[in-house]
Amino acid sequence: MLSSPAQMHVPDGFLTTTVSIVLWVLAVLAIVVALRRVGNDLGERQVPLMGVLAACIFAGQMLNFPVAGGTSGHLIGAALAAILLGPWAGILVLACVTGIQALIFQDGGLLAMGSNIVNMGVVSVFTAWGVYRIVQMAARGARWGMIVGGFAAAWISVVVASMAAALQLAASGASPANVAIPTMAGVHMLIGIGEGLITVGALSFLAATRRDLVSHDKTAAVAGRGVWIAGLVLAIGLAVASPLASTHPDGLERVAADIGFLDRAQSSPYKIFSDYMIPGIHNQALSTIVAGVVGVLLVFVVAYGVARMRRGANTAS
Amino acid sequence: MHHSIEVEDLHFSYPDGHVALNGATLSVAPGEKVALLGPNGAGKSTLILHLNGILKPTSGRVHVAGIDVPNCSKSELAKVRAAVGLVFQQPDDQLFSPTVFDDVAFGPIYQGLPESEVRARVRDALAAVKMSDYVDRVSHHLSVGQKKRIAIATVLSMKPDLLVLDEPTAGLDPRGRRELMHLLHELPQTMLISTHDLAMVRELLPRTIVMEGGRVVANGPTNEILADEVLLHAHGLEKP
Amino acid sequence: MHVHFLDPYQDLRSPVHALDARVKLVLALVFILVVSLTPNGAWASLLLLFAVAVSAVLLAGLNVGYVLRRAGLALPFALAALPLVFTAPGARIELGATGISLSQIGIERLLSIFFKSYVSMQMAIVLASATSFPDLLQAMRAIRLPKLLVAIFGLMWRYLFVLVDEAMRLLRARDSRSGALDAARNVGGSISWRARSAGGMAGNLFMRSFERGDRIYDAMAARGYDGEVRSMRHPALSAQSLRVLVAGLVLLSVLFALPRLFA
Repeated sequence: MLSSPAQMHVPDGFLTTTVSIVLWVLAVLAIVVALRRVGNDLGERQVPLMGVLAACIFAGQMLNFPVAGGTSGHLIGAALAAILLGPWAGILVLACVTGIQALIFQDGGLLAMGSNIVNMGVVSVFTAWGVYRIVQMAARGARWGMIVGGFAAAWISVVVASMAAALQLAASGASPANVAIPTMAGVHMLIGIGEGLITVGALSFLAATRRDLVSHDKTAAVAGRGVWIAGLVLAIGLAVASPLASTHPDGLERVAADIGFLDRAQSSPYKIFSDYMIPGIHNQALSTIVAGVVGVLLVFVVAYGVARMRRGANTAS
Repeated sequence: MHHSIEVEDLHFSYPDGHVALNGATLSVAPGEKVALLGPNGAGKSTLILHLNGILKPTSGRVHVAGIDVPNCSKSELAKVRAAVGLVFQQPDDQLFSPTVFDDVAFGPIYQGLPESEVRARVRDALAAVKMSDYVDRVSHHLSVGQKKRIAIATVLSMKPDLLVLDEPTAGLDPRGRRELMHLLHELPQTMLISTHDLAMVRELLPRTIVMEGGRVVANGPTNEILADEVLLHAHGLEKP
Repeated sequence: MHVHFLDPYQDLRSPVHALDARVKLVLALVFILVVSLTPNGAWASLLLLFAVAVSAVLLAGLNVGYVLRRAGLALPFALAALPLVFTAPGARIELGATGISLSQIGIERLLSIFFKSYVSMQMAIVLASATSFPDLLQAMRAIRLPKLLVAIFGLMWRYLFVLVDEAMRLLRARDSRSGALDAARNVGGSISWRARSAGGMAGNLFMRSFERGDRIYDAMAARGYDGEVRSMRHPALSAQSLRVLVAGLVLLSVLFALPRLFA
């Protein structure tokens, strides 16, 4: 309990300077836009509210729960922030959390901070928000929308953010894409379950005590349409790019052939480590992951279609 | 009349419909030290937030230091906020800056004072609460009693005419409470103190106002009100 | 002065502590940039950078063993780079009769990543341990980070301590009701239930923080806050700080140029 829980924060040294700087520029752009948007919306309350909520997400990450074998799961919070505050305020809060983690705990590098802000802030938050909005639209205010939407938003955002980190590592030549992406995504598919459950727990608590905080009309007004489309495009882009990048089979096969641990790896199940990842390489897992991602996207498309049809029916009647 | 509070027939409802003030009327003359008593939910804190325009009344009049607070201009509002030193109940809410210096300097900086004057104000305010050595400390390392004193310094640095304190002795141990009472006794400003601490009221505050249900139900010399056991009992208070 | 586990700052007297926070922030960032720009396998340069980092640790009066240990915290992340040893192209090293072969380039890249990460981490630790966070905030303002962002950072840092205490109280309250959870024997409900109850606590914390945000705003407004972030001007850099800054930048430029001159 003497440091903040480690996550998928990329340390310095892993990304090439070019990749780091490009991501810094993206992070700064996102923060500047977020400051403007949140400022318009919250006015004078922006600084106190964003500050205290960033501290809240940070502190919330210490709320852990025992999983098994001495490991524990804990909140990451991007989905929760996105759902409760809307995408721009969510980005701002997560960017501050990521920044403090790097500055105080050296959890994530300083040059790599841009990357971590993009992954934990921009990618997670947009994805979570897009997913949540779509499920909300399909549910049309029914309670299951909050539960399913909260879970899906949290799970997908964790997985997609991890894939973004893996892509950056691969682009920096720090890890072969066909290993980094499936292992990162695979581990985070398990971590995402915990995140989903915690997020649902938090939303249920708030729905019972302060309904006004979970009403989403507010966030819809803040964000406008463009944002959740951006979230979806981002999610799909990463989801498509990742399997593509990781389907170059030669690297994977050589590893398998060279060291012959494919068989061993297949028999050992994934474990959730409280931090990073295990280099378990897994042909089976790769195909499962790709199938999983495709499945998630299908659910997306169906939910979106349903929402559109219902809305159409609504305006027609 | 100047340097005083005049509240007349004040009504206020929160957005969720909860009626917090229901025709409150009271006044405080310059130099007076007045206690504001009443059970939780009587409307004391809501009333206090009207005194410098943080909340706007549904209806009724609020005049502070001669200014019509709900209807005043931005520059007059800044004047009111400088004239009324509001000390909130939770020092952790009042002390929002990284260091003690930043917190005590916050009000003077927003008053637009030059830097040398800001520094002088900080020095004087911390000296007044006997916390001069803590100027470079970070707030989270302070005890509750120290935080309460710094909280008072954060408004003293604005040179207010009027101090309004919400539960200043809550959460203090006996020694901290005693020290704080000494400090309040020494300060020359007009004071309105919302509290449950009747022993402090008897010792420091000659006049007492009792609120319940969003209105004033009693108003008079402290020794008379604290002697009226029927009145105290009716409003959930206990004779000290 | 009591030490809080959230605050890595060590209140010591040292030349590094005394140095202007603006200079420290800039030099630390440039140092990490130079490390990043150093080519893989330029071992002489990397060793020199390591020596600079250790010198900074010594100058700051920090415990070298502590910093070296703590800097290793990010090393598990290097597992992500481990497969490079097998997959990278180029000349290969056969490991006897095991049939396993390793890529020389891969090994070089892995070790370079390891080393760069480790050295960068050391400098980040020196920065955080020898600069109080309020000073760091001032330095952030001075290097022109958006004022609103720095203000949010400042508030966040202030309330970290308050809210982490609140989170700890919630955890203690749970643990004292449920006893020590024994995950192995599945006492205390299913994992799903535990996760959701942790979520309930998170929701509770969020609600309280939201309400606290309103109260803080009231306290700020009561002292004249109008949405614009104002602060005192920064004092000019002293001649001494300026000299250290220039000397540091020159040293780092040399370290940047070295591997390129001899490559």
